[in-house]
Amino acid sequence: MVIDIMTLHTIDKKTIYSYLAEINDPEVPVLSIIDLGIVRDVKMKNEELEVVITPTYTGCPAMDMITATIKIQLATLGFKKVRVTQALSPAWTTEWMSEEGKRKLKEYGIAPPNPKQQVCDQKLFAAAEAVQCPRCDSYHTHRISEFGSTACKALYQCDDCKEPFDYFKCH
Amino acid sequence: MNQSLIDYTLHLADNSLILGQRNSEWCGHGPVLEQDIAITNISLDLIGQARNFYQYAATLINNQRDAKVSPTAVERDLEGTATEDSLAYLRKEREFRNCLLVEQPNNDWAQTILRQFFFSQYQYLLFEQLQNSKDEQFAAIAEKSLKEITYHLRWSGEWVIRLGDGTEESHHRMIKAIDELWRYTGELFEVTDYEIQTTTNGIGIDPSKLQGSWISKVDEVFADATLALPEKTFMQTGGKAGRHTEHLGYILTELQYMQRAYPNCEW
Repeated sequence: MVIDIMTLHTIDKKTIYSYLAEINDPEVPVLSIIDLGIVRDVKMKNEELEVVITPTYTGCPAMDMITATIKIQLATLGFKKVRVTQALSPAWTTEWMSEEGKRKLKEYGIAPPNPKQQVCDQKLFAAAEAVQCPRCDSYHTHRISEFGSTACKALYQCDDCKEPFDYFKCH
Repeated sequence: MNQSLIDYTLHLADNSLILGQRNSEWCGHGPVLEQDIAITNISLDLIGQARNFYQYAATLINNQRDAKVSPTAVERDLEGTATEDSLAYLRKEREFRNCLLVEQPNNDWAQTILRQFFFSQYQYLLFEQLQNSKDEQFAAIAEKSLKEITYHLRWSGEWVIRLGDGTEESHHRMIKAIDELWRYTGELFEVTDYEIQTTTNGIGIDPSKLQGSWISKVDEVFADATLALPEKTFMQTGGKAGRHTEHLGYILTELQYMQRAYPNCEW
């Protein structure tokens, strides 16, 4: 489907969001950028479409890739002028991840962020929060490392099924 | 005013870039896999902070250049438009305004950990205040980074305790690390002209006001780590004004090599 010039003027945000929902995070490919909650706004002005995104982590190396994909995807649909801008404030939080996103994460083998996260402060040697194993659903798990395979994840292991797994960490 | 804002932005960017580059030297050499991943993740966060500050500095520099006729030496060096890359890859040693602490060599794990702890504790206090800066971009970068700095602080603080209150060997190495690094901590709280200027305008933070909290936080962790705060001693300074230890030159040689050898190369 290609957008013609008429639709370009009448198109609503919801439709644009549905196009963006087709774009996946390159590092967690089961999640769309909408699931992740990093699309903050879309603005249409003088036939130019601006997509405002926010990084999950300050140094997230996927941002450049995501920016490029948004431009390509929307250009293919017929949007001639697309600008992708970054907003840092308010800072992204795991609370912005959709329920659908959390479900997809778990299915993929990554423990989704807890709805209320407890270890975001500077207290040393605080007890690791209870994280549910995405494979056997046991809460009998322990943290191996606060830092994981990407900036947004920590490493855990299940004490029941013994599987190591990623946890989308507190942020 | 504008020049002091640029200098201040570059100072914050350089701190993060140089420590990020230093930590990244551990990539593939960490004592255990999980800690290798931890220290390089911290690198990534720091380089991310540096990018945000460099991008902002580039905008400020370009605006300033557009507004006047005769460009400054820095701008001439950059041959026109400043970008985050030109600021990181094409400035000379004397133009870097990072504090001396972040450019000190990794040496052993104890020294790397202590350097990170000293810096994260400082950055935590600084960015906590910077969140309320009148400059929206500063406030936004600080708010965003603070979440990650909290992680760095917790991780490095726990390691200080683990090593200090660990074996005889690790305790001894922590004492040696304190001996090596303490003399660079005074500079963190030394006030430069650009900090005075920006603080007056409600944008920057007077770092001397953070010193008391910093010392007491460090003392708290040291007490748990069975380590003692050093006596008052001579403090080495100069980095924030561009006078560096010999180490920065070597860091830049490696960091800037590609852009110097193959200008504008991309991959």
